[in-house]
Amino acid sequence: MLHTNLTHVLSADDHQKLLGENENVMICCGRMGPMCIPVYEVMEELENEYKHVKFADMEFDHPDARLIRSLPQTAGFMGLPFTVYYKNGQPVKATSSIQRMDQITAILDEQFGR
Amino acid sequence: MENHYDVIILGAGAAGLTAGIYTSRAKLKTLILNEGTVGGQMVLTHEIANYPGVENISGYALARIMKKQAQDFGCQIKSNLRISALHLDGVVKRVEVNESTVYTSAIVIIATGGKSRTLGVAGEEKYKGNGISYCATCDGDFFSGREIIVVGGGNSALEEAVSLTKYASKVTIVHQFDHFQAYPIAVEEARNNPKIDFIMESTIDEFIGEESLRRVKIRHIPSATVHEKPIDGVFIFIGYVPNTESLAGIIELNRWKEIIVDESRSTNLPGVFAAGDSIAKKYRQVTTAVADGTIAALSAVSYIHDAAKTRAA
Repeated sequence: MLHTNLTHVLSADDHQKLLGENENVMICCGRMGPMCIPVYEVMEELENEYKHVKFADMEFDHPDARLIRSLPQTAGFMGLPFTVYYKNGQPVKATSSIQRMDQITAILDEQFGR
Repeated sequence: MENHYDVIILGAGAAGLTAGIYTSRAKLKTLILNEGTVGGQMVLTHEIANYPGVENISGYALARIMKKQAQDFGCQIKSNLRISALHLDGVVKRVEVNESTVYTSAIVIIATGGKSRTLGVAGEEKYKGNGISYCATCDGDFFSGREIIVVGGGNSALEEAVSLTKYASKVTIVHQFDHFQAYPIAVEEARNNPKIDFIMESTIDEFIGEESLRRVKIRHIPSATVHEKPIDGVFIFIGYVPNTESLAGIIELNRWKEIIVDESRSTNLPGVFAAGDSIAKKYRQVTTAVADGTIAALSAVSYIHDAAKTRAA
């Protein structure tokens, strides 16, 4: 389990449940590494501001993280973390590697509204 | 007066958090404003084994402890924001955030730290995470059996190049000089590794690809000749630069854009102190940042007490 204050996706069932119960979801799939930690921290900061979005993390090395690693949107990604944005259960955007607050909020605003 | 503080600290790395712990514990109303991740460069370190009193700890865990210590003493921390304007020359310092909120204080401690240097050439931002990486331990395994370049000639570059040979079929080190800045032991280890080649006195001019990186343009500096090299990935380790762009023309910087301070960590402006990786100094370690933060905070406390005495006299 990742050491963040985000909701943790620990299995394929968790993943399915999260997408089934929430219209707007952002999942950051990574490790406790230097490129991933800043993204988790931005997500923690945004949780209060974007109440209509569910923020979660998932361990990149967990076998069920194949659900994210094998998405067409993450094909060719070669930098952790893989961050995927879902709308009504469907992936609508994905990014690779570290992202700044302004890059993340731009995607959230574009995909889910403010 | 809600937005007025005794001390505003810019930056929440080891120096900034330490300064926050000390000034808050001294009962000074303290606010830390941080543009990036709490912990700064510290969180880039997977394991810290030479922090006295702690045998082994991740940089992330150490940063979290420092943050909690500061907050437990009453220090406020606001993170992931943008400092849009600084007015540091008056008795009351003004810090504008996100071009909207203004905070004021008697003291400012600058602990903005440093950041990884980028090449700043065409294609670098586009292929970040799609062939370009700044972290071997994070992304090395994506390049298993592939051919990669490591850019740089310091200890990090050479050590990470050796580390990446666990995954890559071949590693080429591209370095701008004809010699390395790394310690001889790191150079020897790289030179003795059969998977590592060297392209010296050269620099990357452009990253080229489609969805992901496919090749790079390499320029040989003395002859100015350029050739293209097919490549699967590039890892960039070319050192750090101080986060002082917004301070140019406001406080005194040296030619490397580092803040000039005296032994009390005072800058050239009264009531403005600086600490950590953004100041001019030789050694940049978590321990030296902590020491800088301590000195800057104690100097700030003394400055405020002296100012109060002067007013009372």
